[in-house]
Amino acid sequence: MKILKLIFIIFLIFPFHHLKADETDLQNKIIKNLRCLICQGQSVYDSDSEFAISLKLVVKNKINDGLSEKEIYDFLIEKYGEWILYDPKFNKNTYILWFLPLLIFLFGGAIVFKKLINIK
Amino acid sequence: MLSSLMGYYSLIFGLCISLLIIFFSVKNFKNSNILDSKILLFSFLQLVLVFVSFLGLVISFVNSDFSNETVFNNSHTTKPLFYKITGTWGNHEGSLLLWLLVLTLFIFIFLVKSKNQLKKYRILTVIFQQIIIIGFFTFLIKTSNPFNYLFPIPEEGLGLNPILQDPALAIHPPILYLGYVGSSIIFSSVLAATTLNYINNDWAKHIKGWILISWIFLTLGILLGSIWAYYELGWGGFWFWDPVENVSLMPWLALTTLLHCILVLEKRSLFKSWIIILSIATFTLSMCGTFLVRSGILNSVHTFANDPERGLFILSFLFVLIFISIFIFFVFHKSDNKKLSPIFLLSKETSIVINNWFMMYFLSVVLIGTVYPIFLDVISSQKISVGPPFYHKLIIPFLIPFLIFMAIGPRLKWIKSELKDKLSLAILLIISVLLSLFIVRNFETNYLLNSILIGSAFYLFFITVRDFFSKKTQRLSQNIAHFGFSLLILSILFNSIFSNEIITNLKVGESYKDDDLEIVFNDLTKENKKNYVLFTGVFSIKDKSFNNILKPELRIYNQPNIITSEADIKITLLQDNFITINTVKNEDYFNVRYLIKPFMLWIWVSVLLIALGGLISLFNKKHEE
Amino acid sequence: MKNKTITTIVIFFFIFVFLIFYKGLNNSNIYKPSNNENKIIPKFSAYSFFENKLINSENIFNQKKFYLLNIWASWCVPCRDEHPLIMSLKGNDKLEIIGLNYKDNNKNAKKFINDYGNPYSIILLDKDGTKAIELGAYGVPETFLIFENQIIKKYIGPLNSELILEIESFIK
Repeated sequence: MKILKLIFIIFLIFPFHHLKADETDLQNKIIKNLRCLICQGQSVYDSDSEFAISLKLVVKNKINDGLSEKEIYDFLIEKYGEWILYDPKFNKNTYILWFLPLLIFLFGGAIVFKKLINIK
Repeated sequence: MLSSLMGYYSLIFGLCISLLIIFFSVKNFKNSNILDSKILLFSFLQLVLVFVSFLGLVISFVNSDFSNETVFNNSHTTKPLFYKITGTWGNHEGSLLLWLLVLTLFIFIFLVKSKNQLKKYRILTVIFQQIIIIGFFTFLIKTSNPFNYLFPIPEEGLGLNPILQDPALAIHPPILYLGYVGSSIIFSSVLAATTLNYINNDWAKHIKGWILISWIFLTLGILLGSIWAYYELGWGGFWFWDPVENVSLMPWLALTTLLHCILVLEKRSLFKSWIIILSIATFTLSMCGTFLVRSGILNSVHTFANDPERGLFILSFLFVLIFISIFIFFVFHKSDNKKLSPIFLLSKETSIVINNWFMMYFLSVVLIGTVYPIFLDVISSQKISVGPPFYHKLIIPFLIPFLIFMAIGPRLKWIKSELKDKLSLAILLIISVLLSLFIVRNFETNYLLNSILIGSAFYLFFITVRDFFSKKTQRLSQNIAHFGFSLLILSILFNSIFSNEIITNLKVGESYKDDDLEIVFNDLTKENKKNYVLFTGVFSIKDKSFNNILKPELRIYNQPNIITSEADIKITLLQDNFITINTVKNEDYFNVRYLIKPFMLWIWVSVLLIALGGLISLFNKKHEE
Repeated sequence: MKNKTITTIVIFFFIFVFLIFYKGLNNSNIYKPSNNENKIIPKFSAYSFFENKLINSENIFNQKKFYLLNIWASWCVPCRDEHPLIMSLKGNDKLEIIGLNYKDNNKNAKKFINDYGNPYSIILLDKDGTKAIELGAYGVPETFLIFENQIIKKYIGPLNSELILEIESFIK
């Protein structure tokens, strides 16, 4: 029974063997991470505004110039501020942002631990 | 005009009835053991008045009565009838009227269905719900009146955004609100029960039905919103971690957690304080979400027109509710620490505790991600964005243990249990891991995390499928819901790993060709429709598994002046083939996007399965009664 | 008592949250980047409109005078509105006005200049919008006041008479 299920699933997966071009991958990865500044809450990837189209071109040019992902982000942050990045940088402004959920997780863990200690 | 007057005065009368209801409720609280039938009568009357008001607005929309400011701002004579009607709730004022409708409807149904409950409990629930209702009446009448009169009467309306003229989007608010606003009953009920020290097994059994109803509608409402975003917003995405989406997800997470806790309270006397807090939190999150979305404090695709005055009102109202809740909790709730029943390590109670732990973590991630930019901006004037990468990084790793606990947890018995079938559980775990490694290695993705994640999702998948074949039908609802969840995670993962996309610029007659695929831009036809000019592109797409014609559209509206792009999607069991075209400024070619999105259908089906699990549980409950 | 401390903490926490949201309401939600001011203008090169020559920005902003860099386009309605105000600054010999034509079509741009006047000593072409991004702009119209290679002030959106007065006071 289980083996049949296994074979069935593998059969489903087989049509999807595409190799993606690395360069477009990187470009897409970057522009999905950039906010379209004149839209209300869309990424540059999703947007078709003039600004988004130009920014896609700028990113493409920078990749062709050999800049790394981080360097492109730094370039754009220098122009537009951190607001343009969807992945919040990890700096003194965002320690709380990244750590607070984890602290809550640990705090929750402590409560769970305390509750489970009440074992007869 | 008459309909607007009728609508407006119904609201005024409705508000007056609230005061009447509270008066009779307070009076009835101490005397007699029977609920005063006047309370039921007035609640019904209030529901009718709100419904009449709502109907008044609908009629104004249907008649394109532009003397009504809301109709003027949001409608147009050339809009098709269906969208004139659904446009009633597609705007700020109308959607608030929908809020009121659900609030009054639910309290009336509550009164009718709770005849076996204690009178004092029913009255207090009514009073708390009326506080919420009065708040909304006041908000509506004072800051968001749907029946403002315009003079001179404009000839034509400002029209609704054509992107919003869509069937899925039309029914998304009512369904969502039945869940979102429906959690108000849970809020009122828990406050009433806490005051009367009625938080026990009976109350749990009684409130579980309401939790299920609210949860099912919220699930379906979120699903509809995602489906709409997928085919309308055009880029194949269905969840963007946009503030408005997060705002509907947070009550859902709280409700799911509450549902699991209530299962415990039905059988044992545990987690009472926590359940009270969760119940309060669910509706508080709904209200907080309403605030975030309507006040203009956040920047999002979906926000209604922003207005700080409205924002201030909701904010104050929200905190009034919070402080009432805090007061009642600390004054009336007596936690019975003395009889602390022990929890054994290997038991269903433990797995629910762990479920709560993880769910609250996920909730905190979404909440912090959504509101942190506001805090940072106020405190240090820095503007940052928190988008999908944040949520993915914090949620995905924790899904792995979560899925495994989901697989093992339900098999444990109450109080004390042993883990039966340890051997088969272990074998399934190994098979899952091997299968996912095979998939990941063969398809050149190099995400180690994803492979472990797929492994744990498969594990849950196999376990729940296997449980279908065992004879325990009372666990059917839970099994379907958990199975649906595993399918959801698997579908989302496969969809994100194996999606493919081609973006190219083509003129009519040109084609795109690479090793796997050929796209031919055959033709572009033009047709004049009722309120737009339609350009249809005809594309032949040929690849290894697909050979078909797709027809994406460009619609040029005149009121307002917008061009929208409508994707053509061919849906099959295995994948969606998705194409859109867009104009390019100053050029005579089109920008064509062709996407292959595997397993999209299964993403939707899995959410339906989750909701189905809830529905089965609801029917089981009714069957028991 | 343990209960009292928890209650007070909870109440203060919610008061804090209320104040933050209240203050957040009054903050403007519109993105106004002020971090480009007092920065050195980035170097870029662009083709000039009439002579079709490639010009380097270093060769433009190198004199001891104020420069007004105005990003405009013929399809941009607010640009049309602000254009007469820019024309009014034309005669001032302490100020040189440079135009950056954004994502435009040469024919339409030429018509715009013919119809509404040309205050620009040089017009640079930005056909794909990348030069504007180099400058940290994101739309039209935007205007930069530059002196000694530094951005003194950045104006997002069309200029009005108030802002023109401000520019004039800077120049003095």
